[in-house]
Amino acid sequence: MRLELREVCKSYAGIAAVDRLSLIVPAGRIGCLLGPSGSGKTTALRAIAGFERPDAGEILAGGEALSAPGAWVPPERRRIGMVFQDYALFPHLDALANVAFGLRDAERGIRRRRALEMLELVGLADQTAKLPHELSGGQQQRVALARALAPRPRLVLLDEPFSNLDAEVRMDLAQQVRAALVAEGATALLVTHDQREAFAIADEIGVMRAGRLEQWDAPWRLYHSPATRFVADFVGEGSFIQGTVLGPGRVSTELGIIEGQLTIDQPAGTLVDLLLRPDDLIHDDASELHAEVVERVFRGAQFQYKLRLPSGTTALSFAPSHHDHAIGERIGIRLDAQHLVGFPRD
Amino acid sequence: MSLRIALTRLLMPTLMVAALGLASQAQAAGSPLVVYSARKYQLVEQLFLEYGRERDIEVKSVTDDGAPLVQRLIAEGANSPADLFISVDAGDLWRATQAGLLSPIKSPLLEAAIPAHLRDPDGRWFGLAVRARTIAYSTERVKPVELSTYAALGDARWKGRLCLRSGKHVYNQSLVAMMMVDIGEQAAERVVRSWVANLAAEPFSSDTLLLNAIAAGQCDVGIVNSYYLGRLQSEKPGFPVQIFWADQKAGGTHVNISGGGVTTHAKNRAEAIRFLEWLASPAIQTRFASVNFEFPAHAGVDPLPVVAAWGTFEPKLVNVGKLGETQPAAVRLLDRAGWR
Amino acid sequence: MTSSQRFTPALAAIAVALPMLAVLIAIVQGASGGDTELWAHLREWVLARVAWNTVILVIGVVTIASLLGTALAWLTAACEFPGRAFFSWALLLPMAVPAYVLAFVAVATLDYAGAVPVALRGWFGDGLWLPPIRSTAGVILVLALAGYPYVYLMARGAFLTHGARALEAAQSLGLGPWQGLFRVAVPLARPWLAGGAALVAMETLADFGAVSVFNYDTFTTAIYQSWYGLFSIETALGLALLLLALVAAALAIERLARGRARYAASDAGVRSAARLGLRGARGWIAFGLAASVFALGFALPAVVLAQWAWQVAALDLDTRYLSYAFRTVSLAGLAAILCLALALVLGYATRFSAGRVTQAAARVATLGYAVPGAVLAVGVVTALATIDALWRTIAGGEGFWLQGTVFALLLGYVARFLTVAHGPVQGGFARIRPALEEAARGLGLSTREVVARLHLPLLGAGIGTALLLVFVDVMKEMPITLMTRPFGWDTLAVRVFEMTAEGEWERAALPSLAIVLAGLLPVILLTWRMERAARAA
Repeated sequence: MRLELREVCKSYAGIAAVDRLSLIVPAGRIGCLLGPSGSGKTTALRAIAGFERPDAGEILAGGEALSAPGAWVPPERRRIGMVFQDYALFPHLDALANVAFGLRDAERGIRRRRALEMLELVGLADQTAKLPHELSGGQQQRVALARALAPRPRLVLLDEPFSNLDAEVRMDLAQQVRAALVAEGATALLVTHDQREAFAIADEIGVMRAGRLEQWDAPWRLYHSPATRFVADFVGEGSFIQGTVLGPGRVSTELGIIEGQLTIDQPAGTLVDLLLRPDDLIHDDASELHAEVVERVFRGAQFQYKLRLPSGTTALSFAPSHHDHAIGERIGIRLDAQHLVGFPRD
Repeated sequence: MSLRIALTRLLMPTLMVAALGLASQAQAAGSPLVVYSARKYQLVEQLFLEYGRERDIEVKSVTDDGAPLVQRLIAEGANSPADLFISVDAGDLWRATQAGLLSPIKSPLLEAAIPAHLRDPDGRWFGLAVRARTIAYSTERVKPVELSTYAALGDARWKGRLCLRSGKHVYNQSLVAMMMVDIGEQAAERVVRSWVANLAAEPFSSDTLLLNAIAAGQCDVGIVNSYYLGRLQSEKPGFPVQIFWADQKAGGTHVNISGGGVTTHAKNRAEAIRFLEWLASPAIQTRFASVNFEFPAHAGVDPLPVVAAWGTFEPKLVNVGKLGETQPAAVRLLDRAGWR
Repeated sequence: MTSSQRFTPALAAIAVALPMLAVLIAIVQGASGGDTELWAHLREWVLARVAWNTVILVIGVVTIASLLGTALAWLTAACEFPGRAFFSWALLLPMAVPAYVLAFVAVATLDYAGAVPVALRGWFGDGLWLPPIRSTAGVILVLALAGYPYVYLMARGAFLTHGARALEAAQSLGLGPWQGLFRVAVPLARPWLAGGAALVAMETLADFGAVSVFNYDTFTTAIYQSWYGLFSIETALGLALLLLALVAAALAIERLARGRARYAASDAGVRSAARLGLRGARGWIAFGLAASVFALGFALPAVVLAQWAWQVAALDLDTRYLSYAFRTVSLAGLAAILCLALALVLGYATRFSAGRVTQAAARVATLGYAVPGAVLAVGVVTALATIDALWRTIAGGEGFWLQGTVFALLLGYVARFLTVAHGPVQGGFARIRPALEEAARGLGLSTREVVARLHLPLLGAGIGTALLLVFVDVMKEMPITLMTRPFGWDTLAVRVFEMTAEGEWERAALPSLAIVLAGLLPVILLTWRMERAARAA
């Protein structure tokens, strides 16, 4: 069911934790709030769940106002499932009972079937009788998800769901969680500080900073068309090169004059920083442009090089792994960008 | 401060104080007089201090109930530091003699001062103060002429008007023991049952509460130790409760004693005897008894004026040691009769 | 693991159990040779009645104390209502009021002749019917008021660490806050609630002072009666053993019922959840409950005591009170530290060894709380005398080595109050996940460092609770203090005893009040620490 936030504000002791936050997660889609710690994303999530009361603004689910001036639906009546950062499994109940916990109105047999179905969905059909402390972290996490999904909530919220797990498990689990959410046709909102989790799960991602939403977009656009320098910095790897605006859509840089695929509307003569993603800069032995290899990381199929450009600026570049160059070597490079973003220099 | 440091800092004084306790134990090598007293400290403190000053010795004492003190004496055996045992109940003294904890002493002074029924025929203990357990009545709702004997409180006229203290208290147990000695077990049980049938309220946990209940009108008569009324009357002049001496025409009012005896394993026997004699001397007798509104055991010594105002009475002349002997049987009688 | 490592915890546990073991042996020996005819009398006239009374009393007290303790802990830990900050520590204060004092104040003020009914009859006429305070309900109420802080303290700790979070989880699954309380928070806090309730139950079983004031016959009064009235210490000790066996059986059943459920709450990394705001009438109902419990359990008794104390202050208050207070506080403090240290040893022993010997030793070590104080005191005195006799045989000489020393007194306290420290410490250990120890080892910490840098800080709240409970309990303790104190070591509780034994309750108010005052500081200190720890989490 569609989730909508309109100008939601929440502050603690005069400091705005969430500042005029507006967003829409369409029904059946998975949204994500991404941001560093303290950016207000968890507060926003808790406000949607009903654990915090916004100071202003509206929160709507499927058109119904959950929280608005003069309207307040208590958390237990919002039909919003939540997966907590620490899972918050009930330690006195086994996995099955935890999952069945929210299925209160149905009769016993139906409850049990639904709970089993959910455990099966998250791949834990054989762990039904285990108590939480007998399960691994990843298993607890999946029980928590199954528990949140079991009552068929109109919305599922996930609060840093993978932060207590090690990196290996994390990506796998993220895929499984996405698969489970999609299988249930659930609308979901995830909160995380890890862009890889966000990319792995979400259809749409919002980047938050100091309580404000900087950009709400599809992952690809977030990566390649960041709306602000903060988003550019926070999402994905990249580097900035200096340029001077020559005219509409034309910038001069040390890599040559760039034309076309540019979102630049500054007047001519303005100094700008252009965002270069590693895949925007490619290795080309034929190129006249050269850069010095400063660092290299072997990634199996690719090498990731850190290159020092003539001006001294460093930039990242991917190269197929048969292009093996030593540190200190100078190699030819070429710009291969479909779309570049520039930010005026402060 | 880390917890570890805190713990070590706190553990040190533990050991030090424990060591101090051990050291002070070793120091007691002079010739102090050691008293185990069931008569509470506030009633004997001044006299202990005074005697100590007079004799230039230390009078060391611990207080507790009689039964635990007896048990402590038994456990300590021949090594007990105690020289003297003071009790507030003849039963405890009897129990101590049964356990062989008290030794006979020969003292013409004590024998002259203390009437025969208030001391052990073998000289193992001597009564020092007399406590009479008798009838208290509301001056507003009862005329003294209506009263006569303990047993008469079981009459129908007192239905719902009688208050009693708990049957678990030794004062009542020794009262019933006295009746058993006097009129036999079956007759005594009939009396107790008739009392229980007349109760106006659940038995009280103390004589003071009982006296207050009479004053407040919850009941009209009760059985108490006279000194409790003495205290209340001196605190609240005009307290509407008065003493009636029971059984004056039937052998006399029941008395119990607060008394003492020299322990079998006394280290300072001579001093213990001397202290008992000092306590029995007329001047000290007045104070020993009056601090608690009791009657001096010494026949020739007068009680406090507030106590004397209740008039003189004939005590039951059964030897109080007999009470201890009969007490267990009395307790069983109480259990059977349902006096809680 | 080598065999010596496996052996050490068992030895440590046995060492900790030694005081209670010695006392137990003394009691068992003392109980032999009871009079069979006397037992027949007790069976016929006494046992059934006191057993029934005791069961009613324990059930009533534990039920009410658990309800009050849990409800109040929930309100102050997870909700917000007028006065919450004050009540969160003030509701612990009744713990400093000894049950026998509370009992007497209740009877003296609320019985027929008490100030309150007298005043009420003055206003409404003599015909006014008032519920009798000296009734089963009355004694249950008083003991529940004296006992609920144990449950409150334990439950509050549990609710503070994971109560609000569990409630949120329940809410996200469609349960209202009150359903969440009953379906989640309470079941989740069960081990702590059970721990608190067990303390209340044992305290009730062992209580003599309060039930005596109400003249309510229990197993304990029957034990006293056999000893004091029937002159049969053997029968008294036998009855005590019977009681002890019942307690041990009840504890074993509780343990079985708890089964394999373990509650290693993951309180690391949890941001504390928001309190549930109780608005309007609900907030005032919460306030009303907290305020009436506080008033009945502490404020009113304290006022009555203060008034009585004022009347007798001129008579009794002098510099000796300084030394009574000093001795009371130092004895209570020393006993608290000693019990804590032994509880820690026991905690480690049971953590590192699940062996039968260790577990059995732990159970023996913590039995003392259920034994009526005076019975335990007899055991202590007898055991000490035996040890001293042994010492004389070995080392020669006369007199006593242990008896009549502070050490002996502390030994008695340990035998009685180790349970009280054991519970919270054990609860703390349960929440340290083995992974943490492994992590610390992985960082190269030695065993000693693991203890100092990991366990002690993490056990913090448990340690504080243990210290407070023992401290307050020792201050109120009478029979062991009376029977084993060295000459001159009179404490405030001894003064209370001497006054009450003579029926001079007003004069007992002064030392009683002093006990209450001395108990305030640690209570306040502990709540402050708990709040801080909860905020830090």
